[in-house]
Parts: sequence; C-alpha cells; structure tokens
Amino acid sequence: MTLAETRPAEAAQTPVFYDLDEHDHPEGGSTLLGFWIYLMSDCLIFAMLFAAYGVLGHNYAAGPAPRDLFELPLVAVNTSMLLLSSITYGFAMIAMQGRRVRLTQFWLAVTALFGASFVGIELHEFGGMIGEGATPQRSAFLSSFFALVGTHGLHVTAGLIWLATLFVQVGKYGLIEANKRRIMCLSMFWHFLDVIWIGVFTFVYLLGALR
Amino acid sequence: MENPILHALFGRLTFDAFPIHEPILVATFIVVALGGAATLGAITYYRLWGYLWSEWFTSVDHKRIGVMYLALGFIMLLRGFADALMMRLQQALAFNGSQGYLPAHHFDQVFTAHGVIMIFFVAMPFVTGLMNFVVPLQIGARDVSFPFLNNFSFWMTAAGAVTVMLSLFVGEFARTGWLAFPPLSESAYSPDVGVDYYIWGLQVAGLGTLLSGVNLVATIVKMRAPGMTMMRMPIFTWTALCTNILIVAAFPVLTAVLAMLSLDRYLGTDFFTNDFGGNPMMYVNLIWIWGHPEVYILILPLFGVFSEVTATFSGKRLFGYTSMVYATVVITILSYLVWLHHFFTMGSGASVNSFFGITTMVISIPTGAKMFNWLFTMYHGRIRFELPMMWTIAFMLTFVIGGMTGVLLAVPPADFVLHNSLFLVAHFHNVIISGVVFGSFAGIAYWFPKAFGFKLDPFWGKLSFWFWVVGFYFAFMPLYVLGLMGVTRRMRVFDDPSLQIWFVIAAVGAGMIAIGIACSLIQIVVSIRNREALADLTGDPWDARTLEWSTSSPPPSYNFAFTPIVYDTDAWQDMKERGYVRPISGFKPIHLPKNTGVGVILGVLSVIFAFAMVWWIWWLAALSFASMLATAIAHTFNYHRNFHLAADVVARTEGERTRLLLQRS
Repeated sequence: MTLAETRPAEAAQTPVFYDLDEHDHPEGGSTLLGFWIYLMSDCLIFAMLFAAYGVLGHNYAAGPAPRDLFELPLVAVNTSMLLLSSITYGFAMIAMQGRRVRLTQFWLAVTALFGASFVGIELHEFGGMIGEGATPQRSAFLSSFFALVGTHGLHVTAGLIWLATLFVQVGKYGLIEANKRRIMCLSMFWHFLDVIWIGVFTFVYLLGALR
Repeated sequence: MENPILHALFGRLTFDAFPIHEPILVATFIVVALGGAATLGAITYYRLWGYLWSEWFTSVDHKRIGVMYLALGFIMLLRGFADALMMRLQQALAFNGSQGYLPAHHFDQVFTAHGVIMIFFVAMPFVTGLMNFVVPLQIGARDVSFPFLNNFSFWMTAAGAVTVMLSLFVGEFARTGWLAFPPLSESAYSPDVGVDYYIWGLQVAGLGTLLSGVNLVATIVKMRAPGMTMMRMPIFTWTALCTNILIVAAFPVLTAVLAMLSLDRYLGTDFFTNDFGGNPMMYVNLIWIWGHPEVYILILPLFGVFSEVTATFSGKRLFGYTSMVYATVVITILSYLVWLHHFFTMGSGASVNSFFGITTMVISIPTGAKMFNWLFTMYHGRIRFELPMMWTIAFMLTFVIGGMTGVLLAVPPADFVLHNSLFLVAHFHNVIISGVVFGSFAGIAYWFPKAFGFKLDPFWGKLSFWFWVVGFYFAFMPLYVLGLMGVTRRMRVFDDPSLQIWFVIAAVGAGMIAIGIACSLIQIVVSIRNREALADLTGDPWDARTLEWSTSSPPPSYNFAFTPIVYDTDAWQDMKERGYVRPISGFKPIHLPKNTGVGVILGVLSVIFAFAMVWWIWWLAALSFASMLATAIAHTFNYHRNFHLAADVVARTEGERTRLLLQRS
C-alpha cells in the first residue's frame, strides 16, 4: 500500500514529526489531578467502612445501641469545629492567592486549632463510650462504628501533621509555586474530610439517634 | 519464655519461631542462604554495589524501575513455582495410605503462599513492570508524572515480597488459602503469626500498587505527546489506563478489608467473628469486590501486549482498534458487577445468583470481540513467527478453553457442583497462565531488545515456549477431569487409588514447566553472552508501529531528544511511511528528575514495621513507623528534585545514535 492511497490529503503536506522548540514543562502539572485520584481511592476506603457499618450497624449483640450512646449536642459542637475549620482553610486559600505569607500562616494555624479541637472532642467522646463499657470489642455495631469514625479521626490527625509541616515550609520558603500546590492539595484533602464527616454525621449519628 | 523483659523486647518472637526441626525448611534455608551469599559475594567481588545503588535502586527513571519490577517478578516466580512443584509432588504421592512427604501444617502454608506469591509478587510485578517501562515511551513522554513516587511504589512492593519471604524462615505463613477467609483467619482459629505475615505483606505491597496506579493514570491523562488524542493512544496504553483505573478503584477495598481483619486479630473487634454480631460473609463479599477487578487488573495489560504483538508481527494495523478500546472499557466496568460468582454457594437466592451469573457471561462478549480482532489482524497478514508471536498464538488457543470453562462455571447450578473443586483450579490456572504468564513472556520477549539493546536468544526461548505450553496442558487438563469427578482443591491425601494417575500426569506437567523455566533462565544467560550478535542498533528490531520503537535501544534517560508529534494511532509506523527526518542538531537541555534513596529507606523501614507488627514488638513498630513519618516529612523539605541534562550531553548521545544508524545503512 502506498502512501497516496491511504492519506492523499495529508501526504501532500510535509508533516512536522518533532517538537523542535520545546520548553520545560512547569513542575507539578499533574499533581492536582494525581492527588484528586488519590482522594477518590481514599473515598473508597470510607465507602467500605460505611458498607461495613451498614451491614453490621444493627448487630448490637445485646449491648448498647446508638440511642444509648450518642450525645447529639456534643456531636453538633464537634461538627461545627470541623465545618469552621473548612471555612478558615478557605480564608487561608484566599490569603495565599493574595500572596500574603503571614496571613496564610495565621489561617492555617486557626484551621489546625479547630481541627485539633475536633480530634480532642472525638477522643473525649470515645473515652466516655469506652468508660461505659461500649468498647469496640463489645459488638459488631461498635466495631464498625469505631472503625468508621476512628478512621476519619486518623485522617484529620494526618491532616494536622501535614498542616504543621506546611506551616513551617511556608514560613521558611514563602509562597513559592511548590508550596502553593501543596496548600491546594491539603485544601482538597481537608474539604474531602468534611464531606466524609457530613456522611458520618447523617448516617451514623442522626439516623442512629432515630433508631 | 514468660520473662517480661524478653517479652517487651521481642514480643512473641522466640527461638521456637525458627523452624530448625523441619528438614525441608532447613534445606531450603541453606540453599537460599548459599545462593544469597553467592549473589552478594559476586556483587561485592565485581564492585557492583555502587553501580546498583546509584543506577538502579535509587533511580527514578521509569525504565529502570520497570526492569526492577520484572526482575522481582522473576525471582518470586521461582519461589512460587517451587511451592507448586511441592504440591504436585505431594498430591501425586499421597495415595494408598501414604501421607506423602509434607505434613498438613506445612502443606497448608505451601498452597497459601503459592497463591499469594503468584498473584501479588509475580503477576502484579510483571504487569506493573511492563506498564512502567512501556507506557511513558509509547505516549512520547520523558518519565511518569511522579518519578519519586514510582521508585517508592516499587520499594513498597519489594518490601511486601520480603515480608512474605521472611515468613519462610521466621515463624510461618498463613494456612488459610490465598484470600484468608474468616472465621478461619481469625485469631480464634489461626492464633499464630501466619495470617499476620499475610496481612502486613499485602498491606505494604498494596500501598505501592495503589500509588503506582495513581501515578500511571495521571501520566496517561496528562503527559501524552502533542497530537495523541485518546483515540490515538496505542492499545497497550489504553489497557494500561483501564488497568490503573481498576487499581485505584479496587485496591482501597483490599486495604480496608484487611484493616478490618487486622482489627479483629489485634484489638479483638467483631467484624468477621462468629459471635458478637460479626459476619464472616461480609469479608468474603468485600474481598471479592477487590478480587474480581484484580483478575482484570492482571489480564487487561496483557490483552494490550497481545494486541501490540499481533499487529507488529502480522505487519498490519490492529483490526478493530475502536472496538478494542470499547471492549476494554466495557470489561473494566463489568469487572465490578460479577464478584458474587466466586461464592454462588453462599445461598443468596436464585435472583441474585442469576444476576451475577448473567453479568459474568456478558463479560465473555467483549473478550470474544477481542479474540476476533486478533484473528482478523492476523488474517491476510504476513505473520512472522518470532517468540512474542508464538506466545500470543499459544495464548489464543489456550485462553479460549479457559474462557469456555469459565462460562460453564458462571452457570449457578453448575457452579454448585464445581465450586471449590479442581475444575475451578484448572479453570483459573488456564486463564491466568495462558493470559498473564504467556502474555508477560510475550511482552518481555517483545520489549527486551528495547530495554537492553539486544534480542533474547530465540533457540532457548523456543525451547522454553514448548516446555511451558505442553507442560501446561499436561499439568492442568487432568485437573479438569479430577474436578468433574468431584475432587476438591487443597487436599493433602487421597483415598481413591483410581485418581492417582491423573495427579501423576499433572506432576509430570509441572516438571515440564520446570524445564521451561530453566530454559528461560538459560536463555537470559545465553543472550547476555551473545549480545553482540543479537544486538539491535536501530531501535526498531521488529519493524514495529508505536513510538517506543522510534528511539534508541536502550533509550537514553530522557527517552526522546525531541518530543514526537502524533498524527495516527500507529504513530511510528506513520512516521516511517511518510518519511520522517530525524533531527540531528539543535538539541536543548532537558529537565529531568534526580535520583533519591528515600524510597529504599522507606521500603526497609516498612519491612521492619511489618515484622514488628507481626511479632507484637510494639516498641520497634512505633519506632519504625515514626522513622517512616520523619523520613517522608524530611523528604518534603527537599525542593530541588530536578536538574537539567546539558545540551551537549544530549547532542553527544544523539550523535552516537546517528553514527550507529548510518553505520547500519
């Protein structure tokens, strides 16, 4: 088969087969996409934990049920901590876009404070439940409850470590491109945890209190 | 034994953990130790440590990492196949009152280790290695999106493999079968360390797999050469894209379900226990929601390999490119809708079983479409029977048999008879060996000259091919017969003497495969020795069609001095047909990532962490985990991860290639 048979129109031209004047690609062009894909995979871990809770959430094994355990006012305070931390993270993003290093650091610190109080209140809640004998070992319901809520709490803790690291890095190197990218990734991570928490709050706590 | 200080220091690790009273294990240990000492001694004698460290272990070059994955897969194949030989021998001997030579405790570990190693540490590294090596070259990129992450992923996979290997000599491996179903895998029934080795080996390796999946998806989406639209991507890249999407969407499920099992075992929770409201069948459901997509994670990239090989060695454009892409995508989606066919016998009712039976049968349609596409590609082609093409034809003939027995198993009433029988074992070996193993060998034979600059020796390759293919039929066709007669899998001794002949035939088949493996080892040695005669100076030894063949063999660290521009699916074929002109001047400096040892350090630390968790050495687990965290954080303080390869270095490298090309013409 000759060329002319296959592609008469294009064969007439002389195509350029190489990019002879290529410039360096900016670093981190795939980072946000890659991090987003990672978040989706993380989301699946939560999906599995939700599924486990859906299957096992009624298996009290003659132990305490959600109604006996959940203190909605405390959970409401906890939820507001996390939601507020998301707002303050948003302020950090705005400050970052305005290239204001100190202000960005300030809002990151406020976010960390809210996040830390979320984890603190959660630990307090867990401590109370365990003190009442509602341990993860007590029933499959409690196993799946502690696994789901605890995994979320562990994620927030990881986010706090990341926040602290970024705080130092922004202070040390300023709002360079790499740091901005990292702040955006952490932003996605932080809001993602918020979304997961909305699911936990609705399906575990609110629906649990109804049972 | 009950000394609290020793207990704090060593957890439950005691001298009893070392199997000094089991002669088979002691002999294995001596062989491995001698072999290991010889290898390490040779590396030291030839002063290769520095070279290995700076050029391979710390390399962030996707080609080097791909080759390391393949090497890991090959080493683990020897271990996994040794397990297979032991099982075949045991089952051929254990008749007429004989107990065979393997005690039950050992036999159960052998079949578990065989499955785990073959899937996670042979098939997965083969597949990941091929994708890592080929994909960036095929899409005209200089590396993957996240080169450091790539190196880290490899070392996590290797760390998982090391963890599983440790169980051979320190303690024991799981005796549960390769998916460790509860309640058997719960601490009540498996109190020893076997299942813990299983859990931590897979968790560590699984993290690596997941991250490499994220990496390759981002690479394929973001880093294609200009002009390469989605429907101009080479078919192997397409299958790699679908595979890595499957990895990202399936491996978290494995992580979560193994995490729940470990909570049961370490904290005494009740996810999968028999009491306190636990539900073992939830584990079976969840792990197969990972497990079935995993089957397609393994096979899809090899479908890609077969497509590339068929097109190249038939000298024709792939027949039905678009239908091939859609078939791949449909398989990707359907793979999530069939998991229940692994346990029709759970008793979920006729409607549920029918649904999953039908979805399973539906998968055979896109797969069949692929088979016809390969056949039509060969039709009227000028077929060259080189080694990769031979593996492809063996695949097509063998895989169809496995596919048909698969459709048979998809019928729920038939499955109730065949469930957990040797018929099932024969079926999945039929598809995995012909698909994944033959495919990996086809891929390795095909891209070996690209990776090393010389072809593999065809004589020893063909010998290996015939022993493998014939050995496969001898080893697994008897299992179909036995399965139809009702013999269940994982049996150690048999009562009915009339069955023995089939097991003897199967053992002979395994022996032939052993010769096949030996031949491929010899093939590598012979090829290295004859590398001058087998050399590929052109970079395109097979007259192939896709971009990886447009650069030199082996490719320079930067892959392409100038990024190619793509006008067609078979971009390189298009360039050849339309008389491309290779630029020989005007080179510019090239931006490349720097090597780093952080991946190796994190890999070593995760082996220590896994070992400490297995043996309940809590202080060491905490210490190694904190060290991992510290290392990872410290790594983020390194902002200078790239460098520019100077233009004159590029010019020198490309000048050498120009000289070789001229010399040949």
